[in-house]
Amino acid sequence: MAAPRAPLHLVAPLWNAGTRGIRGLSSAAAPEGNQQKGRSLLQFLADRFYDVQALREYLFRKQAWKMHQKNRPFTYIKERYGPYAAGAYFILKLGGAVKFQGKEWIRSDARGHFSLDFLKLQMVPIEAVDASGCAVNYQGLDNLLALKELQVLWLQRCPHVDDWCLSRLHPLANSLQELSLAGCPKISERGLACLHHLQNLRKLDISDLPAVSNPGLTQILVEEMLPDCKVVGADWAQGLKLGQEEQYRDIASPIPA
Amino acid sequence: MLRTALRPRWGRALLARGLGSRRGGSAPDQNGKVSEIKKKIQSVLPGGAWNPLYDTSYLPPEHSDVVIVGGGVIGLSVAYWLKRLEKPRGAIRVLVVERDHTYSRASTVLSVGGIRQQFSVPENIQLSLFSIEFLRNINEYLAVVDDPPLDIQFNPSGYLLLASEKGAALMESNVKVQRQEGAKVCLMSPEQLRNKFPWINTDGVALASYGMEHEGWFDPWCLLQGLRRKVQSMGVLFCHGEVTRFISSSDHMETRSGEEVTLKRIHEVHVKVDRSLEYQPVECAIVINAAGAWSGQIAQLAGIGKGPPGTLQGTKLPVEPRKRYVYVWHCPQGPGLETPFVVDPSGVYFRREGLGNNYLGGCSPTEEEEPDPGNLEVDHDFFQDKVWPSLAQRVPAFETLKARSSWAGYYDYNTFDQNGVVGPHPLVINMYFATGFSGHGLQQAPAVGRAVAEMVLQGHFQTIDLSPFLFSRFYLGEKVQEHNIV
Repeated sequence: MAAPRAPLHLVAPLWNAGTRGIRGLSSAAAPEGNQQKGRSLLQFLADRFYDVQALREYLFRKQAWKMHQKNRPFTYIKERYGPYAAGAYFILKLGGAVKFQGKEWIRSDARGHFSLDFLKLQMVPIEAVDASGCAVNYQGLDNLLALKELQVLWLQRCPHVDDWCLSRLHPLANSLQELSLAGCPKISERGLACLHHLQNLRKLDISDLPAVSNPGLTQILVEEMLPDCKVVGADWAQGLKLGQEEQYRDIASPIPA
Repeated sequence: MLRTALRPRWGRALLARGLGSRRGGSAPDQNGKVSEIKKKIQSVLPGGAWNPLYDTSYLPPEHSDVVIVGGGVIGLSVAYWLKRLEKPRGAIRVLVVERDHTYSRASTVLSVGGIRQQFSVPENIQLSLFSIEFLRNINEYLAVVDDPPLDIQFNPSGYLLLASEKGAALMESNVKVQRQEGAKVCLMSPEQLRNKFPWINTDGVALASYGMEHEGWFDPWCLLQGLRRKVQSMGVLFCHGEVTRFISSSDHMETRSGEEVTLKRIHEVHVKVDRSLEYQPVECAIVINAAGAWSGQIAQLAGIGKGPPGTLQGTKLPVEPRKRYVYVWHCPQGPGLETPFVVDPSGVYFRREGLGNNYLGGCSPTEEEEPDPGNLEVDHDFFQDKVWPSLAQRVPAFETLKARSSWAGYYDYNTFDQNGVVGPHPLVINMYFATGFSGHGLQQAPAVGRAVAEMVLQGHFQTIDLSPFLFSRFYLGEKVQEHNIV
């Protein structure tokens, strides 16, 4: 992408420039194709003025701070109403759903409001959590790991759940029976390797994980790792080339791992 | 403004000359001259380096506040934390001198990339915990605007250290210390080990310690490039050269008890350019020795160790390069996806690599078998004689393995107690060490960088107290022995 920027400089900005000048600290990496048009003006200015660059860094830090705020530990609620209420409040605040043992699913409505009746259920454990699409991250899992009787955990399409978060799930090994990780963009096969702690897992959904390099092979390896668990996800033949249709017809059933 | 005033004129002149060239065949020559003159004008403009006689952009600057000798992960980590903790912003000029920009012999990139908290010395555990927190939030620490986020490919699979009968008591006490510091380690009996990892042969194993969280392995090249990118964006200068000389001055002082001490202060660092006799003297205030396996040579250049043995002047920096081999093999029936980084009581270690049932591992040789560190040639007989038998004994599936490739790298081995040296030298007052980590430098790099930066900027350690790792322990004979060295 040097071509559109070349007329703006007499000399192309050097990555290893020995001196800093008014030209500032422009990034030599080509800007991503999916960045919006509006950003390129800010980028242009940020390359030339330290103030604008500081502004962009501030905006970036503010985003990170917002995420941090969403995933803060709710210690007051935990001390006053117990860990189950704190976990429920956390999930409902992020837009998910919670199911207490013997009760119905509690969900926040379209505007993010929910009733605080569950605060009365201090001793009733939570058995299912639906955190699909919620902005849970490593810090926020603190609130979920206190739920010792959690049986079902749905983390579909969570944008910030990554391999580090999966390595944290081992305290739930005694109770967790169903886990869904479908569509999480940051999970790779390295994180799936630490699911072997969850020996009571009976249903695992690992479909549609874009960061996994070889979904078919990963599915086989995860099935080997968790023999009692039903792994739903990529078809074992997904890794093979699509062009070899005749060979597919011959192989009627999957080769046992 | 000056630029825009100049540009149209040169552009038009170029066009005029190109179209109407009177001398046939000399158009490219004219263009060459024009671009040369253009370059000269640019260098006069603010921001360019003004060199009226010849181009010196490959030389380091003449003055720098801090010179970091060595551009590996430790050196770059020190540079990062110096720029991050400095007050006010932009106050300190840092220069990183690295003699090999391809990092072909650097310990960082040849490392197996493991990170663990299972150490016996509490400071090592704290360093590792800080570093894993740094790696987890690497995209907040090393974010550069407009650059893609880093993916260090961390495998959170944990470390499994096995102990025989002899080492079981020591392992238990180590795990107690680790748990006190906050590491998540669990002890397993041979029975539990067989249940969890059926591919392991537990003969001779009395106890095992398994790291549940914050342990695993990652890609050191990615960390290095991320640090490089970030420190360049923070304004640290890089220089491709080798440090050949220190110019220092001496001060004869008297201690309170009347003893004579000679304090040295480094004033200039001579940086020699690659494949040339040319050198640039860089005037500096502080020198940081992060040269890894070659730190001993840099310390000798500064005059550390020149004196009668047994005195503080005569105490050398006991860091020397030690060659270690890493072998890669393929074993189709080998341990599965859940394999941690396994360390046998005999010293042999291995880990999985990727999805294709490839494994890599090695062994630290005993003192008598130490290979010659002159080159990085791999000894394949070592694998056949020492590594493979132990592997096959521990994991029966490895009896049928096929060796794929191998490489060798250096440990910056501290012959005194195999732990890092951090902090200033008592006599050469402006040289700071950050070296000697003997195989666990990569996993402690972010924390060590912060410690050295705090020492330089504030004069004392703040986040993690590394006073047991100061240089003076070599003279006083206080060993901080690390038992869990892989």
